[in-house]
Amino acid sequence: MSLALIAALPFLGALLPGLMIRSGRTACAVVTGSVTALALLMLGLHAPAVLRGEIVQTRIDWMPGLGLNANFFLDGLGLLFAGLILGIGLLIILYARFYLSRQDSMGQFYSYLMLFQGAMVGIVLSDNILLLLVFWELTSLSSFLLIGYWKHLPAGRQGARMALTVTGMGGLSMIAGMLILGQIAGSYDLTVILQARDAIQASEWYLPALVLILLGCFTKSAQFPFHFWLPHAMAAPTPVSAYLHSATMVKAGLFLMARMWPALAGTPEWFYLVATTGLVTMVVAAKIALFKDDLKALLAFSTVSHLGLITMLLGFGTKSAAIAAIFHIINHATFKAALFMTAGIVDHEAHTRDLKRLGGLRKLMPIPFTIGTVAALSMAGIPPLNGFLSKEMMLEEAAHTVWSGQAWLMPVFATLGALFSVAYSLRFVAHTFLGPVRDDYPHRPHDPGFGMWAAPAFLAALVVAIGLAPMPMAAWLVDAAAGATIGEAVHAHIYHWHGLTPALWMSVAAIGGGLVLLGLHAPLMRAWLATPRPEAKRLFDGLVEPLAAFARRLSSGLHDGALSRYFAIATFAILAAGLYAFFSGGHSAGMRAPTPVEVVPAAGWLLLIVSTVTLVLFHHNRVVALVVLGVVGLVVSMGFAYLSAPDLALTQILVEVATVMLLLLALNFLPKRTPMESSASRRFRDGILSAGAGLGVGCLIYMMMTRDFAFSTIADYHLANAKTGGGGTNVVNVILVDFRGYDTFGEITVLGIAALVIFAVTETILRPGPANSRLLSWAQEHRHAGDRHPLMLVVATRLMLPVAIVVGVYIFLRGHNMPGGGFIAGLVVAIAALMQYMASGFGWTAARKRVEYHALIAMGVLIAGAAGVGAWFAGRPFLTSDYGYVHLPPLEEFELATAMIFDTGVFLAVLGAVLLALASISRIAVRAGEEGSSTPYDIDLPRDGFGDR
Amino acid sequence: MEILVASAVGTLTAAGIYLILRMRTFPVIVGLALLSYAVNVFIFASGRLAVGLPPVLSKTAQGYTDPLTQALVLTAIVISFGMTAVIVMVALGAFLEAGTDRMDSDDEAGQ
Repeated sequence: MSLALIAALPFLGALLPGLMIRSGRTACAVVTGSVTALALLMLGLHAPAVLRGEIVQTRIDWMPGLGLNANFFLDGLGLLFAGLILGIGLLIILYARFYLSRQDSMGQFYSYLMLFQGAMVGIVLSDNILLLLVFWELTSLSSFLLIGYWKHLPAGRQGARMALTVTGMGGLSMIAGMLILGQIAGSYDLTVILQARDAIQASEWYLPALVLILLGCFTKSAQFPFHFWLPHAMAAPTPVSAYLHSATMVKAGLFLMARMWPALAGTPEWFYLVATTGLVTMVVAAKIALFKDDLKALLAFSTVSHLGLITMLLGFGTKSAAIAAIFHIINHATFKAALFMTAGIVDHEAHTRDLKRLGGLRKLMPIPFTIGTVAALSMAGIPPLNGFLSKEMMLEEAAHTVWSGQAWLMPVFATLGALFSVAYSLRFVAHTFLGPVRDDYPHRPHDPGFGMWAAPAFLAALVVAIGLAPMPMAAWLVDAAAGATIGEAVHAHIYHWHGLTPALWMSVAAIGGGLVLLGLHAPLMRAWLATPRPEAKRLFDGLVEPLAAFARRLSSGLHDGALSRYFAIATFAILAAGLYAFFSGGHSAGMRAPTPVEVVPAAGWLLLIVSTVTLVLFHHNRVVALVVLGVVGLVVSMGFAYLSAPDLALTQILVEVATVMLLLLALNFLPKRTPMESSASRRFRDGILSAGAGLGVGCLIYMMMTRDFAFSTIADYHLANAKTGGGGTNVVNVILVDFRGYDTFGEITVLGIAALVIFAVTETILRPGPANSRLLSWAQEHRHAGDRHPLMLVVATRLMLPVAIVVGVYIFLRGHNMPGGGFIAGLVVAIAALMQYMASGFGWTAARKRVEYHALIAMGVLIAGAAGVGAWFAGRPFLTSDYGYVHLPPLEEFELATAMIFDTGVFLAVLGAVLLALASISRIAVRAGEEGSSTPYDIDLPRDGFGDR
Repeated sequence: MEILVASAVGTLTAAGIYLILRMRTFPVIVGLALLSYAVNVFIFASGRLAVGLPPVLSKTAQGYTDPLTQALVLTAIVISFGMTAVIVMVALGAFLEAGTDRMDSDDEAGQ
């Protein structure tokens, strides 16, 4: 469970910042950080076992039928990455606390950050590739939110969109690749797939799967030619760049290549695809980085270059190359995150990160200068820092790797990449910090507070510590992670002096060449600016813009805002599909004996048909339409009563009353007539469509009713078990509160939500705005009735209230055995209360209301839920009911069922929802100038004394 | 009896759809109410018709009709009340906000 909990913790933590931000920015950061720290601690508890070579596993069946299980496992590789994600995450949370300004919504930032963190931890701990894909997509989404965090900046939005498009496309191709891989291996569990190397590499689907998976990895890790999104993602706040685009997300592609290494690596295809891509990326990006004036762009391209380096090492497919790759992942995370944070500090203090406007900051900001220099020298590969160690290992590997028979190619290009790397690293230091102090900075820089430099200083200290003592500081972690990568025990030997090896000469050449390049930077820059280059953003926009325009045209063509046209098209399509289905299939004649027709039901039928036709003919007069609608509803409920459905009849008649009241109240504020505005041809078209639909539905139900059931129904089960299992004889009620209680639970929740939506809409209407001003200036179109709250009505409703409540309780109590129950009782009591509103007005009644309707709804849903949860204590599934018989001396023996508690919940939710809906409309009436009544009844005298107003 | 129920369902459906295709909010709401009657009766009738056989267990009963469709329709009636209430409020809000109760956002469209 603990591994799943580690992955879940950041997601749970994502909920907290939004709440905690009210307690202040520091409290918010502390709470967010402590969630991450807790996850890191739990990870640390597993570390000893993992370092011993054990694998920690957690298995939770989720959808075994699909092969999708929430299985997690932790080995050395997962430990390294999870540690990086959580550890650097903690530093970033600290740094962001001081980096973000007061205008930035910090709660939102931390929520996104934790979401991302959870997704990343999920990726590295997943033992199921489908689960891994879910997390993979989550990182794309959460990084989209983070890159676009400064929504007001167009560059941020465009960068976020580009990142999402590129990594999202890669993710899609990876899904395909993973599915193929799962099919070959016969399982979606990583631990199984990693054992199936021979089967996978022998399969004819190996190459497609490899290419598709690598596409996902390359897009995520910004490998050439997909590298262009990463510099644009630099529009994000610097903490995001430091976290996502140096230490974690861009390494997800590397992680996956390392993870899949045992299954996929070692073939020529792997070597040529991965190593070549890595090599090209390393050299190309390093060259571009040299010519970037924006500090973050420089760092972005250097990141791309270093990711290329690691990709290349993984592509070599040898044990020592894998060790070098893992070691460089650790080193790159330390120095690059420190560099990004330094760049952020410079930007924060000097208000620019343009190298042309910087220089001479050494004296003004000694602390960032020290941190930045240590990290940059490590990136350049200067001994004795940690970057030197892993770069030396990389050069050593490249020196004896032969590419397609050419022994010179790899070493030469690797040296070239290292040379550029030296040049841009030194340029970062020289052009930011060295040189004379200038007097034209946009803002006079000075050292930032401790909170801001603490995180990069910690990382810089790590850079030095690993550099000076690699064996005690890092070798154990490299051993564990590299061992997990290649699937056998590994003992790395990391030291500074290897003798006069080719790698040493390559290193010397790189450092010397880098210094020369830096010296020649000004003329080289002019040459660079003079040569035309493909601009990735323009190409990308050129590709995406026409697609977006096409999609816009298509959707605005289909969705032109004419709702009635959509309805017509939908009706036509459904009718056509129904007709096609009917005529393409066969059917036998109806054999079921018809129910005889009697006179009274036939009269009811006639009334229904006549009223429906009347309704359609006279619907322009809305009051008439409403009255006739009520008649139709009454006939329907009588029909239910006749056709053996007493519960339905009761419900229908009560709902009918409530609906008509509601519509009448609403009609008060709507036009009283519907104008004749459809053309004759349009009415003809609608007539044909609706007649066709009516004929279709009528024929369908007729054919169903005249045939016996094709399969035996489950009704018999319910009839047989209602009494013995549910303890009630009203089978409909037992189904509602017992057999299908979960459905009912859902229904009352939906009803409660509907009432809350109504409340929210009312709030919106009553907010200052056009609707509100229209209400305030509402002209009383009609003369007041002589007495709005007639004495007779008031007295009658007062008398009826207790009677109605008693009836409601009676209906509720008998519901389990006779027609009735919570739904019906709730409606009865609601209508009794509504009568008070109608008789004495909103103000008088609302003043006497003791319970908020919201609370009634909430209580209802909670009580119903509690009744369900109660079953757990008896060791039964949710909502299992129980019943027993009780004998209290003066009464006869009676039954008590736990379903009654559930039904109480239903009762309260229905009552609250109906009352909240109708009270909301009353509030609108009050706003429109309806005087709140303070007396139970009144005689509405004309205001100006005598006569009509 | 079947023919009466079937023709009633058909008539309610036709009237409901015709009103839904109108261009003002109020007839559409009334049309939806009619259509929900039709759908409720349709589902109810799919349990087949029975007269005098309510699904309330007793020793003297001749038999029982299908209780399941009734339970489904019962909740459907209450839910459709909730939905009607929501769209009434939305229509009211839209009318007060925009000053018109037209369904279509484009005046020319759908004519």
